Amino acid sequence: MSSIDAGFACLIAAFVAFAYGAAASIWGGRNADRRWVDSARRGVYAAAILLTLCVVVLEAAFLRSDFSVALVADHSSTTTPTLYKMTALWGSQGGSILLWAWVLSIASSGVLFATRHKHREVVPWATAVLCGLGIFFTGLMLLAGGANPFDRLSPVPAEGLGLNPLLRHPAMAIHPPMLYSGYVLFSIPFAFAIGALVARRLDTSWIRSTRRFGLLAWIFLSVGILLGAGWSYVELGWGGYWGWDPVENASLMPWLVGTAFLHSIMVQERRGMLKVWNVSLICVTFALSLLGTFLVRSGILQSIHAFGESTVGTPLLVLIALVLAGSTALIISRLGDLRAERRVESMASREAVFLVNNVLLIGLAFIIFYGTFFPLIAEAVTGERSTLAAPWFDRYVTPLAILVVLFTGIGPLLAWRQISAGRALRLFGPPVAFAAVVLVALIAFTDSASEPGALIMFTFAAFALAGLLGEFVRGATAQNALTGDGWALSLGRVVVRNRRRYGGYTVHVGIILAFVSIAASSSFQNTDDVRMLPGDSTTVGDYELTYVRPEAYRDFDEDRLTFGSVVEVRRDGELVETLTPSRNYYSSSSTGTVRSFFEGEATSEVGRSGGAAEDFWTAMRPDLTEPAIENFIATADRRIDEATIPEVLPDPETPGGAEAMRGIAEARSEFQGLAITNLEERFENGEIPVDFRINVNPLVIWIWVGGAIGVIGGLIAAWPTASAKRRRVSDVYAARLAKDLGRA
Amino acid sequence: MDPDRKRKIRLVVALSVAVLLATALVWTSFNASTEAKSPSELLAATPAGAVDAYGKVVTEETLPDGSREFVIADPEDTSQTVPVEYEGQVPDPFREGRDVIVTGLMVDGTLVAEKDSLITKCPSKFSDEAEDDPNIVIDESL
Repeated sequence: MSSIDAGFACLIAAFVAFAYGAAASIWGGRNADRRWVDSARRGVYAAAILLTLCVVVLEAAFLRSDFSVALVADHSSTTTPTLYKMTALWGSQGGSILLWAWVLSIASSGVLFATRHKHREVVPWATAVLCGLGIFFTGLMLLAGGANPFDRLSPVPAEGLGLNPLLRHPAMAIHPPMLYSGYVLFSIPFAFAIGALVARRLDTSWIRSTRRFGLLAWIFLSVGILLGAGWSYVELGWGGYWGWDPVENASLMPWLVGTAFLHSIMVQERRGMLKVWNVSLICVTFALSLLGTFLVRSGILQSIHAFGESTVGTPLLVLIALVLAGSTALIISRLGDLRAERRVESMASREAVFLVNNVLLIGLAFIIFYGTFFPLIAEAVTGERSTLAAPWFDRYVTPLAILVVLFTGIGPLLAWRQISAGRALRLFGPPVAFAAVVLVALIAFTDSASEPGALIMFTFAAFALAGLLGEFVRGATAQNALTGDGWALSLGRVVVRNRRRYGGYTVHVGIILAFVSIAASSSFQNTDDVRMLPGDSTTVGDYELTYVRPEAYRDFDEDRLTFGSVVEVRRDGELVETLTPSRNYYSSSSTGTVRSFFEGEATSEVGRSGGAAEDFWTAMRPDLTEPAIENFIATADRRIDEATIPEVLPDPETPGGAEAMRGIAEARSEFQGLAITNLEERFENGEIPVDFRINVNPLVIWIWVGGAIGVIGGLIAAWPTASAKRRRVSDVYAARLAKDLGRA
Repeated sequence: MDPDRKRKIRLVVALSVAVLLATALVWTSFNASTEAKSPSELLAATPAGAVDAYGKVVTEETLPDGSREFVIADPEDTSQTVPVEYEGQVPDPFREGRDVIVTGLMVDGTLVAEKDSLITKCPSKFSDEAEDDPNIVIDESL
């Protein structure tokens, strides 16, 4: 048995383990028999081990370039760099579904291990839901055509197709597993919510057990979105980071609803309210996570990704329908158990502001959902397929995003239940004053007033940041007054002791910085497209760009031709930086023609000179459709054909025929090399004009700095506190004591 | 005021606002939307306003002023083609054979595109199209 056969056997065994886990947990749950539930949990552990083996087997196949595996042959080649060989697994249909199932099995094992002594009524049903999802995804690989990652090829090709050059970027190597981990981890709170609904245990225990998984899902999804935006900015050569494309929207929708969920569960924990809302939110979040997976496989929407209709689209749609219909029916049947314990006493309370922010976040998600699916809605209503462009999204999303920032500033300043007028004045006074000063300064010293939306965003952000800073200062001051440790140490202590609270505030700081950056870079961008020859200069904003000289080189390992440029960027006459933007042309085939380089994939390496204030960005595209160059390429290819192809092609199946064909291929490669060298010289002599796009993007770097701060804040909030660890240990002792007493 | 009555009023106000906003959303979306048309649909009836034309790039050429001319063919019937005049940023994956979406107005049988409106689809990781693309399939005859 080969390792690939063994891997396939592991996949079948994982399917069986999930099926056993589902059956055993339902049996154990119905009969209150703990042994079956424990056995089901071990079934999930087994599935996790088996799926890990599947991943190891496939990774080994990628590393040794085993082209007998279709997945390897279609997404890797002998010349693919090792990092991209290892990450090519999730660049495919079967590989990405395996990644889903694998992360699901590991996360499920983690949460079931953590709750093995707790929530006896809820866990069996949560286990059944998680196993059901495991059955679905492993079953998809086994039963849906084209989704089996262990499919073999016969005859075995000598070389693989390789990874799309656009995806050969470190951000794209990590981006898919981050997004998928985000999607998958939302299945944990979803499964426990369903478990709590079935078992009618609708207190906060299911929330406490799975809150960290929800937070981790949010962190992974945030990292995935940030990496995708970063890749788009530096790799795609258009200078943007977000285009309201369905594939981008698909990841943003669960992020928004997940963010609302993470806030509203705090209201249930503290005030016993929003129970229906919370279970509904997590069901919608998970359904949107599945929708994100479905969208890129369904072919139902036009997008920058040429989504193809695949065999897994329909089963995924059925799963989404099942999740939504099943959870809605369950919630309706449990409405009596989901009654709020209290009501909002005052609109000037933290819970009221959380509710408002929840409505805004859901509103944002709804608008994006509506805009994304508008082509289908329009077709259903009018019979004509229509689309909505970025300005429509901007018109609706901008005001809601501004309000989100405002309420992000108000929420932390308010107390639960209600706040007195005097205290509100004390807490709100300084941030409001600071925001007013910022507003006046922006109007007086910048041209922000020309963009009212951005001006309001900056003002509200100043208010929110000042309010959050005040919270940190008040906490550290109080701690310092108690211990006298000094302000810095006190700040550290107060954050460590209240991780959830101050981690959350740190997230808010990061998100506000990112929102400010988005407002600034989209409202005040300077952009220009210029055709240049060596020695030409152009001015964009305060910058002058001079095209100093062209450069050309060839990478034989990657079969890549690069046309680059050396450009000098000056500001007020002073040299700021010398940049080397370039364009890579990857040969599309081994036919030995010059044209093959310009028929394959082309990628841009942008030139950037960035700082905290603004980012100078440029990308280049040589004009190869110039008649002289077109002529040169056509003539070179004709001469290569004339010099190398005999009147009668040798038959590669006959003895000596294969040798003769190899000789022809080598001769063509040699002639092709000579022609390419000539073309490189023409480019370096400045015979080919170059189109430059130049952007000056204010504050753009803060999108990723803010995002990183948000992620760090999320990790702080997710990190268990000492009291939580103690509580967990005491839970274990309590369970053991109960077991021993039972035996006695 | 009676708390129950107060709650009912709040609910009615909130629902009314939601309905108003939803109506505005639907109204503006249909007004702001652009019809998506294939070359054969564009040739059959010239639309009055802007359209999103989608098709496969057949030929491309850059003009001396840096603008670009290309022809898109109907995905269903490649004999139905429409020429496109385009100015602005050209996405990296753009080339002959690729599926594109471009927004513009039909003028005398030519689509005059809006600046920077060209979207070129990346070959999908999840469809068979990438594998069937003749440009990325290895030519094993040589």
